Amino acid sequence: MEWINAIVQGVLLGGLYALFATGLSLMFGVMRFVNIAHGDFIIIAAFAAFTLTSLTGMHPLATLIVVAPVLALAGYANQRLILNRTLGKDILPPLLVTFGMSVVLQNLMLEAFTADSRRLQSGALETASFQVIDGLSIGVLPLLVFLVAVAVIWSLQRVFYGTGVGRLLRATSDDQTTVKLMGANNAHIFAIATAIASFVVAIAGVFLAMRTNFDPSIGPARLLFAFEAVIIGGLGNLWGTLAGGILLGVAQNIGAQIDPGFQVLFGHLVFLAIIAVRPEGLFPRIKA
Amino acid sequence: MLTVSNLDAYYGDFQALFGVDLYVDAGETIAIIGSNGAGKSTLMRTLTGLTPSSGDTIRFDGQVLSGQPAHAIVKAGLAMVPEGRKLFPSLSVEENLLIGANPGRDGLWNLDKVYAMFPVLSERRNNAGTALSGGQQQMVAIGRALMSNPKLLLCDEISLGLAPIIIKDIYTAIPQIKAEGTTIVVVEQDINQALSVADRVYCMQEGRVSLTGRPDALTREEITAAYFGLEKEDA
Amino acid sequence: MTDMSVEKPGASVSRATRESKIALPILIVLVVFLAAAPWWAGRADMRLMVEIFYYLVLAQMWNLLAGYAGLVSIGQQAYVGIGGYMLFIGTVFLGVHPLAAVIVAGVAAAILALPSGALLFRLRGPYFAIGAWVLAETFRLIFAQVSALGGGSGMSLPTDIVRSIADGRSAREAVVYWTALGLAVGSVVAVYYLLRSRFGLALTAIRDNEEASGSLGVNAWMTKFSIYIIAAFVTGMTGALIFLQKLRISPDAAFSVNDWTAFVIFMVVIGGIGTIEGPIIGVIVFFVLREFAADWGSWYLILLGTVAIVVMLKAPKGVWGYVAERWGLSILPVARRLDLNSVLDPSRKSRH
Repeated sequence: MEWINAIVQGVLLGGLYALFATGLSLMFGVMRFVNIAHGDFIIIAAFAAFTLTSLTGMHPLATLIVVAPVLALAGYANQRLILNRTLGKDILPPLLVTFGMSVVLQNLMLEAFTADSRRLQSGALETASFQVIDGLSIGVLPLLVFLVAVAVIWSLQRVFYGTGVGRLLRATSDDQTTVKLMGANNAHIFAIATAIASFVVAIAGVFLAMRTNFDPSIGPARLLFAFEAVIIGGLGNLWGTLAGGILLGVAQNIGAQIDPGFQVLFGHLVFLAIIAVRPEGLFPRIKA
Repeated sequence: MLTVSNLDAYYGDFQALFGVDLYVDAGETIAIIGSNGAGKSTLMRTLTGLTPSSGDTIRFDGQVLSGQPAHAIVKAGLAMVPEGRKLFPSLSVEENLLIGANPGRDGLWNLDKVYAMFPVLSERRNNAGTALSGGQQQMVAIGRALMSNPKLLLCDEISLGLAPIIIKDIYTAIPQIKAEGTTIVVVEQDINQALSVADRVYCMQEGRVSLTGRPDALTREEITAAYFGLEKEDA
Repeated sequence: MTDMSVEKPGASVSRATRESKIALPILIVLVVFLAAAPWWAGRADMRLMVEIFYYLVLAQMWNLLAGYAGLVSIGQQAYVGIGGYMLFIGTVFLGVHPLAAVIVAGVAAAILALPSGALLFRLRGPYFAIGAWVLAETFRLIFAQVSALGGGSGMSLPTDIVRSIADGRSAREAVVYWTALGLAVGSVVAVYYLLRSRFGLALTAIRDNEEASGSLGVNAWMTKFSIYIIAAFVTGMTGALIFLQKLRISPDAAFSVNDWTAFVIFMVVIGGIGTIEGPIIGVIVFFVLREFAADWGSWYLILLGTVAIVVMLKAPKGVWGYVAERWGLSILPVARRLDLNSVLDPSRKSRH
């Protein structure tokens, strides 16, 4: 039973990882861009929510009303002012600029919030759970995170396949040059993609902060989880990214069940196994 | 409507256009002919801003277009059917057409009108654009450009790689489009096809305009000479 | 170094520049001067110089990967850590002399790089970069599980092994110092000759156009893979040296992405990626900044990161790239330069 429990909790944890990964997956899909500071932006969202709750006493979930639009705007500005300048044939500038950003952001957060470990208190939601069968109970919060992940991905699919903006984003992913002939400004489309990604990053950050402890240094590890979920799931496929997150969460929980020190290690090993046998991931839609 | 004066274009250090002059009046159909590498496609790319231009070399409806980015030029009323069609593979036929309307200009052209001109597209509207035959893809590409209700439509090598019977089909669309009041520039290697629809012809060779005039006023020999770069006495 | 110009009728191809001919004797004198440091430098200075030397090696290796082979990796700390741990495994469990263990560490890192590289090379571009990071983390977590190596808290190098390096503390420090100097000079010289070899030509061809390089008979995969293994070998030796100086190892210290990769990336980017001189300049800039900003804590890293971002955006060739372009300098030239004077001489027959 404890194994079944580990797997079920792993699936739910995978929902959080899918939230981490969605923004990364989306930005790569539209503009073949990988943001090394992705994990640090998740932690920034966590700290933003933390600051808001401590200042106003808001419920952590309510902070999303502020944090998500602010991060989306910041993402738009960051893309237009800095990241767009790094795009091109050479892979060095985007990698190195966002890597520099990652180090800068971690240390700015360290200065602002110290290295102390924090957590968002969400009251009754934190401990509420219900028993499915004897020996297997599901926490309301982990379940909520999972359902939100599904809802986010479903909504994004609706945006991509049902709206004009989504059409432009997919067309840009196909062919950045020809889409200009449709009157689309690449710089603006890229920034919209980043804004959407940052909106999801905010959701991921707030739920991370409600589920676990966080401090300024844990961003890079979140980037790696997000990255693993994207690669396992296959590039350019958000449902694949959800599947990748779930597989990663299950692998980690099975590892932890064997020995607490194996949790993250098992996730990495599954990721490495996937690149060994299927480097394009489980459900790829676009080529790297 | 469109005036190009003394236009140069470069790919890096390589100069592809040398002082090109041309004009297009409203309502005209212009053919630009020339062999492979004569600079026709570069001219199209430069007019639409995909290849950068500088100075006051391109004017359109009184506006200076040279130096503008492609998306701004398209919004000003130019549309291009790009060489190789360049449909978006992850979009359906209908989505490919709809995205053409993105510049948001009002006019006669809409989905129904494009489907009326190319009925086969209506039947295949939910297929992936790239799942269609070459000729049908070319129809989508033309329809997509029309969806922006352009004042000036540029067609780059729309017969390339298609069977002669399909080319004929595609070319029957040109007079229809013209009849709606759209000004058209067709770029072709296929001289006969181009001359059949054109009011005036420009012939390009090695990045320069080598000949211009009305199709009926030009002799075969003149065109051949201008096209292949042969001296008159050799022709 | 001898003049490498190739005599051919018509044109001469040469790689030596005027500056390189002047700089060579100066560089040799500098190395001799540095080698004599145990007789003129204080203990703290020598420790600092050891640190500078090993960062120079790490920077050269990272630049070789990213600047010449197009392999941007955020995972080179894997080989620092493996090298460091091999020093401990070799000396404590296998009874190898510490200096021999440095070489053993390099070999072990290179051997582990074979399957690692084969795996990571299945990922392209940015995915390779982050995949390498995951792999380094995997090694860190595995070493943290080995209780014989002290698990997560690590271990110290036993006193008898420390003593076996040399008699007396000053002698030991001198030995570590010379090893570091040797690695630093060796890595610069090795990269220089590597890039001037057929290998360097192959790398240039791949960098210019990977697809076309295949038709020139260049095996792009194998060329890059070899570079990856060479970098792992040298980085592994450097890892052993680093922990020979520190005398204490732990998984977090050994596989630190900040210490062994982030700093190194900043040095290479600021100094100038894709040149041999760049990493040297970058290391110097890094340590000068650090001397000034020692008390700034995390503000130092914020400054460094910001400088790296600005350099990447505004002057992507770095300090050296700017200097070299402005004044046409090249002290360690690896590119062939065509001397056209002889072509223009009408008395010689030339194809046209």
